[in-house]
Amino acid sequence: MANGTIALAEKSFYQEGTTKRKTGLFSWIFSTDHKRIGILYLTSVTFFFVCGVILGELMRLELIAPGPTIVNAETYNRFFTLHGVIMIFLFIIPGIPAVFGNFFLPIQIGAKDVAFPRLNLLSWWLYVIGAVFALTSLYLPGGPADTGWTFYIPYSIRTGTNVSYTLMAAFILGFSSILTGLNFITTVHRMRAPGMSFFKMPLNIWALYATGWVQVVATPVIGITMLLIIIERTFGVGIFDPALGGDPILYQHMFWIYSHPAVYIMILPAMGVVSEIIATFSRRTIFGYKAVAYSSLAIAFFGYLVWAHHMFVSGLSETAAIVFSFLTFIVAIPSAIKVFNWVATMYKGSIDPRTPFLWVMAFIFLFSIGGLTGLVLGSLATDVHLHDTYFVVGHFHFVMFGGTGTIFFAALHYWFPKMFGKMYNEKIAKIGVGLFFIAFLTLYFPMFLLGYNGMPRRYFDYLPQFHTLHFISTMGAWLMFIALSIVIGNLLYALKKGKKAPANPWGGVTLEWHIPSPPPLENFEEIPNVTHEPYDFSQLEGMEYGTE
Amino acid sequence: MSNYNNEEKKNHVIDYGTYIFVWLGLLALTSLTVTVAGIHLGNYTLIVGLLIALTKASLVIAIFMHIKVEDPIFKVFIGIVLLTLLAIFILTFIDYSFR
Repeated sequence: MANGTIALAEKSFYQEGTTKRKTGLFSWIFSTDHKRIGILYLTSVTFFFVCGVILGELMRLELIAPGPTIVNAETYNRFFTLHGVIMIFLFIIPGIPAVFGNFFLPIQIGAKDVAFPRLNLLSWWLYVIGAVFALTSLYLPGGPADTGWTFYIPYSIRTGTNVSYTLMAAFILGFSSILTGLNFITTVHRMRAPGMSFFKMPLNIWALYATGWVQVVATPVIGITMLLIIIERTFGVGIFDPALGGDPILYQHMFWIYSHPAVYIMILPAMGVVSEIIATFSRRTIFGYKAVAYSSLAIAFFGYLVWAHHMFVSGLSETAAIVFSFLTFIVAIPSAIKVFNWVATMYKGSIDPRTPFLWVMAFIFLFSIGGLTGLVLGSLATDVHLHDTYFVVGHFHFVMFGGTGTIFFAALHYWFPKMFGKMYNEKIAKIGVGLFFIAFLTLYFPMFLLGYNGMPRRYFDYLPQFHTLHFISTMGAWLMFIALSIVIGNLLYALKKGKKAPANPWGGVTLEWHIPSPPPLENFEEIPNVTHEPYDFSQLEGMEYGTE
Repeated sequence: MSNYNNEEKKNHVIDYGTYIFVWLGLLALTSLTVTVAGIHLGNYTLIVGLLIALTKASLVIAIFMHIKVEDPIFKVFIGIVLLTLLAIFILTFIDYSFR
């Protein structure tokens, strides 16, 4: 990609920091180095992911048989609310952009850091403060919110649980997200290395750039909406509550004006990572580079215009429902462009099925099912039947966990050697991804059948005819727990005992593979001059690569 | 293509006179908003109020935020954001108008 970009610095960013203190906790939590902030995010995000998984496991355990088994209905309501809030706001939204975006965006465009390093650190601090708010509600009188992560009116106004704390958490986390987006947009515009035109940027950067725009433009809407609920709860102002002359549908509009684009904040960065991994492990330039790049922008734009498909049975006007249903189908087009281009990239490529590639294969399969079931829900007639059933839960988990969650692990396995300078055991990693795939289908596929047969979502009890499918799903949940333990355990072991990673273990050609593993403090000894296309594998001829 | 070394390019100066003139204009428009609120215009009160607010916001963006003299790319971005906002308004009112 570039001439003379191999940095020869001896010290990695672990040995050299931006703070006065060279070691210890403070050298991390006050560091403005984008790589350290990326790792801070990785630690926090993984912690909350584990919390979310435990809550999910407990929910599935409750549903192993009809009737109360381990918790009562009220506790179950709090479980799914907290599971949703933690997984959405603390894991999936910041997951890929804040961890891998922070770490790799500056490196992939040939910059020393992001445009606003201090703002970057502030966004991590806001994330932590938001997380503290979300968790504080657990220990205060009233207990955590039981509204579901959507906080629908009028229940969220009337419940005696600590909804305001959870709302405040979402509000603060929104600011963290906005600052990250703003930083990425500015960095992409201002910090690209000489020669790095927009169309020489890796597709990961295109995806992060599009995501940045969604974060900046959509997130303020949810901030205001959350504040309005707090005002309504505290002062009794009638904004959304019909008893006070408010409009509950207006709340749903405002909530989904953010929360649907938020789905694209979650999935777009994952799509960027997929493009990177497929190109590297197929040893081919991405098929239809411009189409994939523009489809990121198209998804970001059209993602704004489809929100009311969540409201088809909420009392929305029929005209609006038809318009939104139509618009929903349009978003499927750029998503399909990406999937077809990824598959075409692999065609006649020299495929090396390493662990990150296998995660991506799992993603394409699971995400395609998630995407296509989305069309079933986006279609008006079928949505009336399936709305608020387990079909929606299945669809959502296929898209979010099968999509973003899977790619979070793909990215972790792809960039782990670069981030930590260690190699993991590939055999165990492959067992992990295989087991994950089986567990995923066992856990979530029965949900489509349950929903189709009429099992409503968010119920802690069910009719006896749903028992078998719920039982299979719970077995899948435990299998998933084992799979995730293998995957995370393998990486933690590698951190301690892994072999030293070379600079370019996979034969990648984007800029991060031209610098040492782990990278030095300012990434490059001198800013590279970019002369190659992003996925020009002829560069490998002059590079050392491979794990041996 | 890179923007790395072109900071020196940006040296657009807006003189103080313009700032003061625009500031006075904003104050005048604020007085107008207050005055309009006192006049009984029925349903038009809201529209007039929003139009005045729009004018004020445009002045702030163009002059105080330097967008008037910035690169076209910034104008394009603001245009896209405003277009998105407009689309959100229109789509929301498709619901409210046809209920």
